Amino acid sequence: MKKVHVSTTINGDNKEFLCDTRETLLDALRDHLALTGSKEGCGTGDCGACSVIFEGEVICSCLALAVEAEGKNIDTIEGMANDGKLHILQKKFLEHAALQCGICTPGILMASKSLLQQNKEPTKEEVRFWLAGNLCRCTGYDKIINAVLDAAKEMRETV
Amino acid sequence: MRYEAPQTLNQAVNVFSEFNGLKRILAGGTDILVQLRTDVIQPELLMNIKDIEELGKIELFDNFWKIGAGVSAANITRNKEFSKEWPGITEGVGLIGSTQIQNRATLVGNLSNASPAADGVPALVAANAMVEIVGRNGNRKLEILSLISGPGKLNMKSDEFISHILIPRQNKNSSDCYIRFIPRTEMDIAVVGCGVNLSVENNNISAVKVVLGAVGPKVIFSEEASNSLLGASLNADSLSKLQEICERDAKPIDDKRGTIDFRRKVAGVLAKRAVEKAYKRIMEDS
Amino acid sequence: MALDNENKNFFDVVGTRPIRPDGIEKVTGQARFGADAYLPGMLHGIILRSPHAHAEILNIDTTSLDNDPSVKAIVTRKDFSPDLKGEDWNILENVMADQKALYDGHAIAAVACSSLLEARDAVKKIRVKYSLLPHVTDVEEAMKEGAPIIREGVARSSVPKDMHPNIVGYHESGHGNVEKGFIEADLIIEETFKTEAAHQGYIEPHACLVNMMPDGKGEVWCCTQGHFNVAKVCAKLLGTDASQIRVTASEIGGGFGGKTAVFIEPVALALSKKANRPVKMVMSRSEVFRATGPTSSTSMLVKIGMKKDGKITAASGTFKLQGGAFPGSPMAESAMCAFAPYDLEHVKNVGWDVMCNRPKQAAYRAPGSPMAAFAVESVIDDLCKKLKLDPIETRLKNAVKEGSKASFGPRFERIGLVETLESAKSHPHYLAPLKDGYGRGISCGFWFNFGGETSVSLALAEDGTASLSVGTPDIGGSRASMCQIVSEELSIPYEKVRATIADTATLGYNEISHGSRVTFATGLATIKAARDMKRKLCARAASNWGLEEDAVYWEKGYVKPAGPNAGNHDPLSIIDIAKTMGRTGGPIVGHFEASPEGAGVSFATHIVDAKVDRETGFTSVDRYTVIQDAGKAIHPAYVEGQFQGGAAQGIGWALNEEYIYDEKGVLQNAGFLDYRIPVASDLPKIDTVIVEVPNPGHPYGVRGVGETSICPPLAAIANAVSNSVGIRMKELPMSPPRILKAIEENNG
Ligand SMILES: Cc1cc2nc3c(=O)[nH]c(=O)nc-3n(C[C@H](O)[C@H](O)[C@H](O)COP(=O)(O)OP(=O)(O)OC[C@H]3O[C@@H](n4cnc5c(N)ncnc54)[C@H](O)[C@@H]3O)c2cc1C
Ligand code: FES
Ligand code: FES
Repeated sequence: MKKVHVSTTINGDNKEFLCDTRETLLDALRDHLALTGSKEGCGTGDCGACSVIFEGEVICSCLALAVEAEGKNIDTIEGMANDGKLHILQKKFLEHAALQCGICTPGILMASKSLLQQNKEPTKEEVRFWLAGNLCRCTGYDKIINAVLDAAKEMRETV
Repeated sequence: MRYEAPQTLNQAVNVFSEFNGLKRILAGGTDILVQLRTDVIQPELLMNIKDIEELGKIELFDNFWKIGAGVSAANITRNKEFSKEWPGITEGVGLIGSTQIQNRATLVGNLSNASPAADGVPALVAANAMVEIVGRNGNRKLEILSLISGPGKLNMKSDEFISHILIPRQNKNSSDCYIRFIPRTEMDIAVVGCGVNLSVENNNISAVKVVLGAVGPKVIFSEEASNSLLGASLNADSLSKLQEICERDAKPIDDKRGTIDFRRKVAGVLAKRAVEKAYKRIMEDS
Repeated sequence: MALDNENKNFFDVVGTRPIRPDGIEKVTGQARFGADAYLPGMLHGIILRSPHAHAEILNIDTTSLDNDPSVKAIVTRKDFSPDLKGEDWNILENVMADQKALYDGHAIAAVACSSLLEARDAVKKIRVKYSLLPHVTDVEEAMKEGAPIIREGVARSSVPKDMHPNIVGYHESGHGNVEKGFIEADLIIEETFKTEAAHQGYIEPHACLVNMMPDGKGEVWCCTQGHFNVAKVCAKLLGTDASQIRVTASEIGGGFGGKTAVFIEPVALALSKKANRPVKMVMSRSEVFRATGPTSSTSMLVKIGMKKDGKITAASGTFKLQGGAFPGSPMAESAMCAFAPYDLEHVKNVGWDVMCNRPKQAAYRAPGSPMAAFAVESVIDDLCKKLKLDPIETRLKNAVKEGSKASFGPRFERIGLVETLESAKSHPHYLAPLKDGYGRGISCGFWFNFGGETSVSLALAEDGTASLSVGTPDIGGSRASMCQIVSEELSIPYEKVRATIADTATLGYNEISHGSRVTFATGLATIKAARDMKRKLCARAASNWGLEEDAVYWEKGYVKPAGPNAGNHDPLSIIDIAKTMGRTGGPIVGHFEASPEGAGVSFATHIVDAKVDRETGFTSVDRYTVIQDAGKAIHPAYVEGQFQGGAAQGIGWALNEEYIYDEKGVLQNAGFLDYRIPVASDLPKIDTVIVEVPNPGHPYGVRGVGETSICPPLAAIANAVSNSVGIRMKELPMSPPRILKAIEENNG
């Protein structure tokens, strides 16, 4: 089958690619745009490792078609640090040792970023429920929750 | 696979009705993309309806709410006015999947997927909601229980799809509730679900609908359970009777998510808890 | 210059919490994991898997692919080495079925196509004719008369003659005379316990990118806990030499033992060999569940006798572990770990290795130990309750100490079980009153830990910085610890050390990252390599000064003359020596190659509060505390991380994780939606206490920490749940239907 041409905006850059209509947004990011920071842990929406921000909201990129990116704005983990400066969340994840293997980290960072955009002062409980769709098998989540809360605090103080 | 993303409802009706072959609507995609990936279905046409503006709205009319087929779960739960009026429907919608799923999944998709365990459906049935169906020959309305014919099956013609859900305004001294049971706190499909819609007059139950999910091939409206509460006051007796009837009315199967015995028992427990919670809501409001 | 056996007690860098060296890559999405590699012209490989639990493969018909231009290669069993034996044959049989499909998900054939979608389509067109055979997936059923025999003649010679042919291994250990011990007891409890198989559940599926050259040289990139082992296994399965296959370990997205085994790499190599192009293979999540290596499921019988005062008089246990359609379940480990925390005069441990139609089990954090602890610690809890004894005091009364004879044979060196129990006793969690409706559970756990073949190399750069090459994939932040060790030894800043996981062509053989061995063995090797380098630095400085080697000494980053006789030389810093090393004798590199022993066993005690909703059987875990002996924590944050991660996995295993097979032997829950690992909102804060009782077998006192953390939770949760509902739970997972059923049976 003929491929479809898609024009989209990723991390602020105009991007174009050709894809099969059956390919997912995650496939396109990884295989056509060399943005391999979004990970496939399941391909069926259960693990959150593929989380990206799509038109301002966090979604699983394995559950969107690549063709749906046409004309849309997408942010991925690759765009989180700005000009070599880490986002506060990234910094806090390192300081709190909130990652072991790190495969879940890009997805969790994207989901946390979207949380802090909507809720500047989340409770522990809110963070845990917000991140329930992001599986981490290494950490037991404790250090992740601490890192997000600490990042929220610092973001409140710096703004 | 052909992919279409029409901009208007008219275009959508045309594209969909003119295509002969295996076709599906793409709403949030949180069911259908999983089905594509796992080879459950291989449609020849997938039509995305999320870019259609008129399907992306929640509107309030004199005596009903109208929710477009493209509205995400997150946009329903964020709507303060709606969720205040229908906390139970909102609970059901809010339970669908994770944050990420919420931002994509639609209530119409939840309904159209016709899974007996769909969290959005029991409270809709309890609220007497209807769907608006569009097709080659115009619109029609259908009750939800008549729409769903079995697991994964809808009573719709091949040129038709759902454009809106219509939910009546809630009555005075009434409220609804949806509770489900899952083994974790999140990210599970309901093992049992229960939606109720309740009205109270002079401390007695004046209208009630009890609906069970995940305990049969489709949602079960338990008429007997509902009738058992009618005119009664809420007390240990009426609740235990309700519990007993729901245990009996549940027709579950044994599977990876639960046993028959377990599901029956929990159906009774949830019905009791959901009625209590809805009742409490009414009392708090008045 | 006695550098070598110097045991250190005071540290500058070790014990601090620096940012990990691979951190930036991992928070920015730059880190390259198994599936993140691409090569020009690469193909995508997909495996066709058996939908049947047990079937004869009559015919594999690929003619429908003959004229498909997208299909570049097809492989079946005949593309692999025909003359393997023993465990090599087992591995091959698991990687690609020969005559029979032995479990749901068993690999039958594989194809490589230009695109992933084409490969997914192509594999569906292969027609396989099966003849179904009776199957069995339950460990007890597999030993019943008439159960289908998975394979005749595999039983080891240690298996008693009259046992069922599906019992293929037998272990017995212990000491004393248990019959005598039981007579001395005031109370004896004997119970049967069952646990279901759990999966490691790493978030990264297995993935590799390989390229087989026409000259027989192969390159492999993959996520694995042991790339040297991958090279060895691939070479054997393809019938070539280990040195012809060079394996580079990618970043690894979790393993927990499950990535010690080899599954797809040999298949990808076989496809690449046929197609003469690079081949990438990535497992789907459902393949991971169906066809990698979950744990054994178990059936266990445990009997313990106790005096009124809490002294255990005798203990015996039989641990039957199903390990899939192959021999090799960790039944000996179950048997040996079961009673390891207790100093027993009379003890008998028996293990049975049972075959079933399930995938070949693989290691999962302390393989065999958590299940055994579940059985033993449950019985101890019941004994304490019946005799009205405090669960911690009773465990303390029986706890092993330095010099105690272990239940599995040797005498313990210095160990820290008592310390973890004492710490538990005074922990605020244990002192806090129990909330209404909650039950509190206590459990101890034990794991051996392991050393194994290790080879590292430490190179000095001209500016006095150091590059460390290790051969053990970093599965949990070990590069940070290694950099700390080099920094500590050489007195150079942590940031001036770079640690790399070297490929298999660069270093000597390294055992897999398992057995909690990395920080112990690679850490020990790194210390020795750094000390080797210091010796060479001293020698170089001495020669520069025209002195004998023993006329100089090393102090905090400087070589100094040893005394007035050595002359009046200014101390030379590591930078000074490095700057001129090219002219003064060439590069300076420290090495270490050996198989260190003395890994130092470790013990833990966990405390948990949990509450059961008696109407639905739902368990909520409210508070959890892990107390474990780490020997010496190099990077405490990552030690805590290991404690927390192990506890979280154990909580999942105890409550909801399980392999569910239907009556046809087909796995019903091969995905994260229904294989229920804990999500963030399921868990409470997991508190940690690091106990440090130095391991005498390591210069810093390090013990492995990665595995012991999963030993106590199954039992601790079971004790908490049982205390909450007032009924002993004997089967894991304690899913809501099981708990509700137990409550009802108890009521009626
Ligand atoms: C990780 C995960 C967790 C989940 N958790 C839950 C949960 O807790 N509870 C729950 O109930 N569900 C859950 N689901 C299932 C799913 O998210 C919901 O059913 C969701 O509401 C589906 O909506 P959608 O818009 O994404 O549907 P889609 O996938 O877009 O569509 C679903 C089906 O309905 C059809 N359809 C969609 N719109 C229309 C229309 N307008 N007219 C006719 N047919 C239409 C589609 O063709 C398709 O067959 C989960 C799914 C995932 C992946
Ligand atoms: S890969 Fe998308 S949710 Fe797991
Ligand atoms: S750090 Fe490994 S999965 Fe989260």
